[in-house]
Amino acid sequence: MKKMLVALSGLVLASAAMAGDPLGLPEVPIPAGNPQTAEKIALGARLFNDIRFSSTGDVSCATCHVAATAFTDSPLRVSEGIEKLTGTRNAPTVVNAAFNKTQFWDGRSPDLEDQALHPFLNPVEMGLPDHDPILKIVREDKEYAKAFKTVFAVAADAITMDEVTKAIAAFERTEVSGDSPFDRWYFGGNQDAVSEQAVRGFAVFLGTGRCVSCHVIEQDFALFTDHQFHNVGVGINDIQEKVPELARAFQVAKNEGMDVDVAVLTDADTSHLGRFAVDDQLSSMGAFKTPTLRNIAVTAPYMHDGSLMSLREVVEHYNNGGVTKMGNPINPFLSGGIRPLDLSEQDIDDLVAFMETLTSPRFEPTGDGTVASGDM
Amino acid sequence: MKRIDTLNSRRDFLKATASGVIAGMLPVSLVRLASAEEHGADFTFAYISDSHIQHIKGSNFVRNWGQGLIRTVAETNLLEPKPDFVVFGGDLAQLGTKPELDHGAEILAGLNYETHVVLGEHDYYLDLGEYWSELYGKHYYSWDHKGVHFITLNSILTYDDWTFDRWESPERRMNEMAGLDNPNGSPFMVGEKQIKWLKKDLSKVPKDTPVVVFSHSPLQHIYKEWNFWTVEADEIQALLKPFDKVNVIYGHVHQIQYNQIDNIAFTSVMSTAWPWPYPESYAQAESHLPIMTVPMNRADPFNERDATGWQFMNMHTGRVDLEFNLYNNTNRTVAFSEEKGRPEDTTFTDSANRIPAQQHF
Repeated sequence: MKKMLVALSGLVLASAAMAGDPLGLPEVPIPAGNPQTAEKIALGARLFNDIRFSSTGDVSCATCHVAATAFTDSPLRVSEGIEKLTGTRNAPTVVNAAFNKTQFWDGRSPDLEDQALHPFLNPVEMGLPDHDPILKIVREDKEYAKAFKTVFAVAADAITMDEVTKAIAAFERTEVSGDSPFDRWYFGGNQDAVSEQAVRGFAVFLGTGRCVSCHVIEQDFALFTDHQFHNVGVGINDIQEKVPELARAFQVAKNEGMDVDVAVLTDADTSHLGRFAVDDQLSSMGAFKTPTLRNIAVTAPYMHDGSLMSLREVVEHYNNGGVTKMGNPINPFLSGGIRPLDLSEQDIDDLVAFMETLTSPRFEPTGDGTVASGDM
Repeated sequence: MKRIDTLNSRRDFLKATASGVIAGMLPVSLVRLASAEEHGADFTFAYISDSHIQHIKGSNFVRNWGQGLIRTVAETNLLEPKPDFVVFGGDLAQLGTKPELDHGAEILAGLNYETHVVLGEHDYYLDLGEYWSELYGKHYYSWDHKGVHFITLNSILTYDDWTFDRWESPERRMNEMAGLDNPNGSPFMVGEKQIKWLKKDLSKVPKDTPVVVFSHSPLQHIYKEWNFWTVEADEIQALLKPFDKVNVIYGHVHQIQYNQIDNIAFTSVMSTAWPWPYPESYAQAESHLPIMTVPMNRADPFNERDATGWQFMNMHTGRVDLEFNLYNNTNRTVAFSEEKGRPEDTTFTDSANRIPAQQHF
């Protein structure tokens, strides 16, 4: 029924969007075991920003997922945790992560609740030895104890990471963002919302650029991801000779009980194994999850390792058929869909202009170095 | 959460076996069999087939076919435990030219294993296998490995009249044989000379020795118009019948098929280049696809590698189990069921587990 109304007129859609989902987004999926409440969301926001949940007492979730940069740590190439230790991966945005079917670049976590468990313990992120210090704080902090009691009906000394991660996930599910110029043009029918160049770029996106094969657009919403994992020739291209040895060593260590989360974030070469490190499938070698393109213009640099500095560099990488520098050898595990595109300079510029229309108003730069309304 | 539990249980299993086998890349069932002590002759091998390397001109080849083989070779090299050998099941080239065979052979040479090669019609009908022979030797041969007798047949011959007297050029002959539904085509044969050789070869093999036959075409009559067919299928089956355990592995069909005829288990392998539809779904023609076969999923045409793949094979107690590595799709295992006495898909035989085919686009 809703789809029919959407098809009828942009006006109806716009009013529907105001009432519920932002323009261009579907309804946020809420797991049955973790319903949204205002109190839970507020508790989650506080937990998300609490720097005490780290070994040095100065790193929170928000350290790498900064509201002002669309919940990334742009312009950092890879994230910085405690004591400025660096990981191996570019911080994925929290915005619209509620729609992801798996979390992390390699999908090693099935949902937001599970995802929230891991950075606390990773030695290059928040560096805690276990979750006990977090539980100690939330049990002893009177405001936390009260909030957990209200939200989960749980006594202070009975709070577990289950409630902590549920609250964080509930907060993250509120960070959804559509209503970009593209949404207003494509779904809202406002012809003036984007430039002619962006419209040309969208044609490249759908056509010769072949972008939409993975950065999917549906009939009445667009998440710009297929939720799949693809080897697009980033990272693994540079370690091709080492793959057999690395893959073997990784499998041995994993079978002996090594923590995958730690391994992929502390060793750059291992990180490039991608989805293979998680599902052990040879066909997943060097593959990473298709990220959303929403707010992409404000979250540079790009790719799982932050190795490409601009959207233009990304498009050139794809235009070269999966190599950053034309003429370099492609890796043997490259996804079949990645091939030279033969885009013109104009096509590339147009495509970048299109991607710049995907920024939601609240993350749009204002010109003075801040964003419209990204602050918490 | 579930995923992690699975990993943990595998880890526990591996610890429990304490066999030193690194099994991360294999399904647990295969590992258990591969590391079982009770059958000394258990081993594994890999099977790659139908790469159809196609020359455009100069140094240009069709990228998608080339990449299919390149990726397969790289993946096969990562297998743990290492397979004892690799078989390439035929149709390395598309039109049998020297540049195609050379390019394909160069990619295949990247395998870190001993490789046995089967002759396909696309390798053969330009120069009747002359250049292929320079690369890979005999067109049919046999060897023994850890108590198993392996036979490689050339099953893509046809009537002499068609081969030698009908076409004005070798190129024309190759093109005619390369087409499906071609009224000018001709059915595949093994030929009298080779049948004689096969009889002689089998006469030296004890009846309780497991026999594995590699052919390019099915040694069965499935669908003649696409040469899913070998003329002397019945005769060859009769020669194999006296043996306790026989496995026939074939390429050419670019799809999953399996069958049991008497004591002979038949299993096809996938192509690394492209899938063929099942004859009855494409031509609405009656075919003799074995009814027990659970067909592969309909390929997603937007996925360049969907419904292509390669096989890891587990040889145990004289039977071959196939693990299909399918890109962008769910891997499948077709294993010999001792209970039912035939090969069976370990997951999808139960229709409740099947992935529904796409009904609309």
